[in-house]
Amino acid sequence: MVEVVRIVLSVLLVFTFAAVGVGLFLVLMERKISAWVQARIGPRHVGPYGTLQTLADLLKMLQKEHILPAGADRVMFELSPIVVAVAALMSYVVLPWGPGLIVRDLGVGVLYFAAVLSLEVIGILTGGWASNNKYALLGGLRSAAQMVSYELPLGFSILTVATVVGTLSTVRIVESQPYPWHTYPSVIVAGAVFLVAATAESNRIPFDLPEAESELVAGYFSEYSPLRFALFQLGEYGSLFATSALFVTMFLGGWRGPFELPVVGSVLSGIFWFLLKTYAVVFFFMWVRWTYPRFRIDQLLNVSWKILLPVSLANLLLAGLLVAWGG
Amino acid sequence: MTEAAAFYILTGTVLGAALVVVLSRNIVHAAVSLIPVLLGVAGYYVLLGAEFVAAIQILIYAGAITVLILFVILLTEGATGLRVRQRNEQVPLGIIGSGALVFLLITLLTRAPWPPAATPLPTYNPGAVGQSFLTAYVLAFEVTSLVIVACLVGAIVIARREE
Amino acid sequence: MPLDWAYVAGFALVGGILAALPLGIVWLLAPRSQYPQKLLAYESGVIPFGSAWAQFHVRYYLFSLAFLLFDVEVIYIYPWAVVLRALGPVAFVEMLIFLAVLGVGLAYAWKKGALEWV
Repeated sequence: MVEVVRIVLSVLLVFTFAAVGVGLFLVLMERKISAWVQARIGPRHVGPYGTLQTLADLLKMLQKEHILPAGADRVMFELSPIVVAVAALMSYVVLPWGPGLIVRDLGVGVLYFAAVLSLEVIGILTGGWASNNKYALLGGLRSAAQMVSYELPLGFSILTVATVVGTLSTVRIVESQPYPWHTYPSVIVAGAVFLVAATAESNRIPFDLPEAESELVAGYFSEYSPLRFALFQLGEYGSLFATSALFVTMFLGGWRGPFELPVVGSVLSGIFWFLLKTYAVVFFFMWVRWTYPRFRIDQLLNVSWKILLPVSLANLLLAGLLVAWGG
Repeated sequence: MTEAAAFYILTGTVLGAALVVVLSRNIVHAAVSLIPVLLGVAGYYVLLGAEFVAAIQILIYAGAITVLILFVILLTEGATGLRVRQRNEQVPLGIIGSGALVFLLITLLTRAPWPPAATPLPTYNPGAVGQSFLTAYVLAFEVTSLVIVACLVGAIVIARREE
Repeated sequence: MPLDWAYVAGFALVGGILAALPLGIVWLLAPRSQYPQKLLAYESGVIPFGSAWAQFHVRYYLFSLAFLLFDVEVIYIYPWAVVLRALGPVAFVEMLIFLAVLGVGLAYAWKKGALEWV
């Protein structure tokens, strides 16, 4: 019984953080960064420096009419945004926020993370189909093909780190850093592949053809009324944050920092460094988004299957070589 | 006690979703309903102490195979959501056949002496699985790669022939 | 260990309810004035014609099939990654053979044009 209460509390805690620190904050961050890149200011009227803008948008969205397009499949239409948001949320279970601070340290940590991320594809596919709209269906199919193609290099780069450390548990991965020196070439390549694959997994430019604003309207969520759109966005930004957090965990040292903050103690200090690094990686993703043009669909798939997959495969073998002989 | 409760909840989910898969007239609903079935089976694996297999179940079955099934459905006419009535003249034969199978299975499962496990279940974590297929079952492991390549080649040949 | 996964299940269920909550608020608050024109599918301003389904190319299927097969390969690599340090070079060579065979499969798919989009 106590456990049930604990479970519910931890979900509430994580969900609140996801809603505020990720959903509300990241949308604002995106708008501010796009403004900075485009030499303008971005939202500034609502709240100090525009910080309450997303909240205002959310309150507006709660009052918008919900339209079910003619011929749309009601059940799938309603379920898809929830599936996407929940799949993104479920990946937060294995993120180490600080020393000893993790929802559950699953023995199959990073494997679970990859598995849950692959569930998002289904929500996108059914969402695109259920809208009874050609643009949405095309967007959903393309997005699914893209996400599925990039899950492989993502998996291989995660596996490279798992090979170097010898475990799938995120907590032990953080504790094992810095890695043995001779494995670093392999780890660096794995990090680069991870960044590219993660950009594609989150459907961000340069890989955002499925939601290309000038080509497919809004892709698979063209027909969705604002709040469901917001749920899809929560799922997208949620998985962006989770992937950034995983990158920080595997490649940037997780919650470890160069020094412990003076007053607050080791746990809060760990959380501080973890969030700082994760938001820095998110900033990097957003910066890339507003700087580069987008790939065509065939270029996008070529990059995944013909470049990233062989590279990450060879890299994994290199890591295996270094570990098996180097110890 | 909680394990029994978890088992019954999982079984309810699996059976309910499986009924939707079999009885639904809308093929997309049927395909998507497969997901709770697969996730429920992953839950069974967890109850048996095989969390690695459970994670793989989610990754492959719910994550990849369902996507494949959905792609295939969307390539065929089923995607229009038209409700197709099953036209089947062999319903009586089907009922007899499945009834016999059910009877056989129930008799076997209730009459067989299931010995309780003498030792606790072995651990099925990734380390143990890795040890087994890299030392004791290496041949099966290598042959699996051939099976996978055979699937790939076969699918490509069939798909290309249609162009 | 099943407790870990009870947390996972809890996240899925409670998360689903929390995600559905705002939808409930919309159902309570939002106006409802539906008329047929509003329900038309969006097609950049023109009236949509034809059904929302068209024959799609077999390449979607080929990509997801290739993904599935390589995903199955990936699940063998997870346990290998965990035990490699303990088992040493022998395990590495075994996996090398496995991946080499699959690499041949990938090369075949590449050469036969199964990985092309057009």
